[in-house]
Amino acid sequence: MTSVLRPRRSRTLTAVMALYLLYTLIPLAWLVISATKTQPDLLSTPGLSFGGVFALFDNIGQTFTYDNGIFLRWLGNTLLYVVVGAGGATVLATAAGYGLAKYRFRGRQAVFAVVLGAIAVPGTALAVPTFLLFSRLGLIDTPLAVIIPSLISPFGLYLIWVYAVDAIPDEMMEAARIDGAGEIRIFLAVTLRQLAPGIVTVALFAVVATWNNYFLPLIMLSDPNWYPLTVGLNQWNAQAIGAAAQPVYHLVITGSVLTIIPLVIAFLFLQRFWQSGLAAGSVKQ
Amino acid sequence: MALFRRHRAIAALALAAALATACGSPAQDTAKATGTQDSVDAALKAGGSITYWTWTPSAKAQVAAFEQEYPNVKVNLVNAGTGKDQYTKLQNAIKAGSGGPDVVQIEYQALPQFALPGSLVDLNQYGFGAFQKDYTASTWSSVTVGNALFGLPQDSGPMALFYNKEDFDKYGIAVPKTWDEYLDAAKKLHAADPTKFITSDTGDPGFTTSMIWQAGGHPFSTDGRNVKINLNDQGAQKWTKVWDQLVQGKLLSTVKGWSDDWYRELGDGTIATLVTGAWMPGVFKSSVTAGSGKWAVAPMPTYDGQPVSAENGGSAQSVLKQSSNPALAAAFVRWLNHGNGIKPFIASGGFPSTTADLNSPAFLNAADPYFGGQQVNQVLTAASGAVAKGWSYLPYQLYANTIFVDTVGKSYLDGTAIGGGLKAWQASLVDYGNQQGFTVSAG
Repeated sequence: MTSVLRPRRSRTLTAVMALYLLYTLIPLAWLVISATKTQPDLLSTPGLSFGGVFALFDNIGQTFTYDNGIFLRWLGNTLLYVVVGAGGATVLATAAGYGLAKYRFRGRQAVFAVVLGAIAVPGTALAVPTFLLFSRLGLIDTPLAVIIPSLISPFGLYLIWVYAVDAIPDEMMEAARIDGAGEIRIFLAVTLRQLAPGIVTVALFAVVATWNNYFLPLIMLSDPNWYPLTVGLNQWNAQAIGAAAQPVYHLVITGSVLTIIPLVIAFLFLQRFWQSGLAAGSVKQ
Repeated sequence: MALFRRHRAIAALALAAALATACGSPAQDTAKATGTQDSVDAALKAGGSITYWTWTPSAKAQVAAFEQEYPNVKVNLVNAGTGKDQYTKLQNAIKAGSGGPDVVQIEYQALPQFALPGSLVDLNQYGFGAFQKDYTASTWSSVTVGNALFGLPQDSGPMALFYNKEDFDKYGIAVPKTWDEYLDAAKKLHAADPTKFITSDTGDPGFTTSMIWQAGGHPFSTDGRNVKINLNDQGAQKWTKVWDQLVQGKLLSTVKGWSDDWYRELGDGTIATLVTGAWMPGVFKSSVTAGSGKWAVAPMPTYDGQPVSAENGGSAQSVLKQSSNPALAAAFVRWLNHGNGIKPFIASGGFPSTTADLNSPAFLNAADPYFGGQQVNQVLTAASGAVAKGWSYLPYQLYANTIFVDTVGKSYLDGTAIGGGLKAWQASLVDYGNQQGFTVSAG
């Protein structure tokens, strides 16, 4: 019997899912397998088979020591941008989204329109104007040039807003007010807890966006000492081209594996919140 | 492997956007001051600190040697990216008016683009024009725009024929001296072993322009504001007549240059020859270890058997106008490319531009074990003296290179005549140049 709780299995859907699974996993398998090869093996053996030598640990060692260990510096920079940038973006989006959802004030509709509009503008389109603005401020080639734009997350704000409308009953806030709590206290002690799944979702979005941020740091930074991993790895990749080329494909690949590991871990740990966050607003209570 | 290729495309877009405004007003740098080196020597004595952008691997050793020789000068070495990536940043810094380096590595093909809008210092004001006799004619003309001198040449890339001797011996193919013989060799090799190809080419703007250069073409000319483009001149026609047969006969490997597959095919004999710049031995030795002992060097094939070559790649060091200490920056450039900086450059496998170094017996007679003990510099130095004269690049060559793949690249892909692609490329370049404030005429 089929019911809502036990839906009938669909062969077509299973096949599509299986295809999608392959589509997602094969590049990952290629990446991981390639990371175990030396550069000569990488250039002489087929992509999805192992090389003559298992060189994963050697590659990892080289990745961390090549060019005076700059990879570690890039990893540190990425962490800095993620913690300060994505962390700050989450805090700001939470506070602003909650405020917009729960307080009535003049200009609220205008803010709503601006936020929706901001979601529609791709960050890449703003990169060049942002660059010129920051160069006026003298912030080019400093970590602030990457962190400040990362602090703004219209999409996160919108998500929290939508989530807060449903997750926080007005009655609860009124009860808190009657008990004598101030507005700040209500936000910090009462509603933050209710918003937790939404906040985690926004945080994950922000972390992924900042971790993978490429174009902004590419144009803002020229000193490799401030590069995040994405721009740094691209620099290694580009070394393979032209006069005085120095291909380090094995390090680019091993570096890429090392770069995605923290994200995979973050997803595994925060998965539960992530799922409940995604469903936010899908059911009208 | 297409790692990050999409991102490069985006970066290219941004570069084009930045150029759109930067190229609008070619500066009228009429002051042709010819000064002396006194101010440079004084700046060197006074000391200070400068920033140097480069991606050349020899830079580390060079900067260390310089700072040891001049302890009161601090050189802040920054690798701001290879080629296009660096130019995007440089263009952004120029547009912003600050944030650029004092000294910067610029490839010859990109130099007019930064020189013509007045972003670079004319080194004649420090008396560097006197160095002309010390450089090969082709590299010197690459750093001169009009009467101004916008850098000192570091490496050069006179072209030669690198061939896999093992392949040639195995199938009894003679080393081609003319392009007709090259065509025959391509057919013979591919017929003998269908997995092997005479060379790889999927359409590369640097290669195409160099080949037209060697064939005696002068497709681009400019006086700063007026630009003439003719990609259908005699040189271009001579080259496409040969190359069309290779492309349409499917005699070329279709792996993309500088990809991991390309490096592999160079090592395992799939690609039997490379027609490229004299800096290639350094790349062979460091990154095509599997080909060691198999490769050899011969002069570039020609159309009539008379030796003639062209430049491919290579770069100069220039001083940026926005530098706060241009005299000290010029002093560093002089040391790099006209002083003690040349030695560490050659030691790291670089191919110099200074005739004294090119013709020194130690350089000429060095037997290279990678090339089976051949004295490759004999061939390469001869090529540097045989470069065809009168070539110039477009003042927006970097943009031109980014749209090459959409026009000429398409001819390669579809197997249609390259001349058609060149025509489409030219049409786009005329339109773009006119939009940028140049007066561009075709033909």
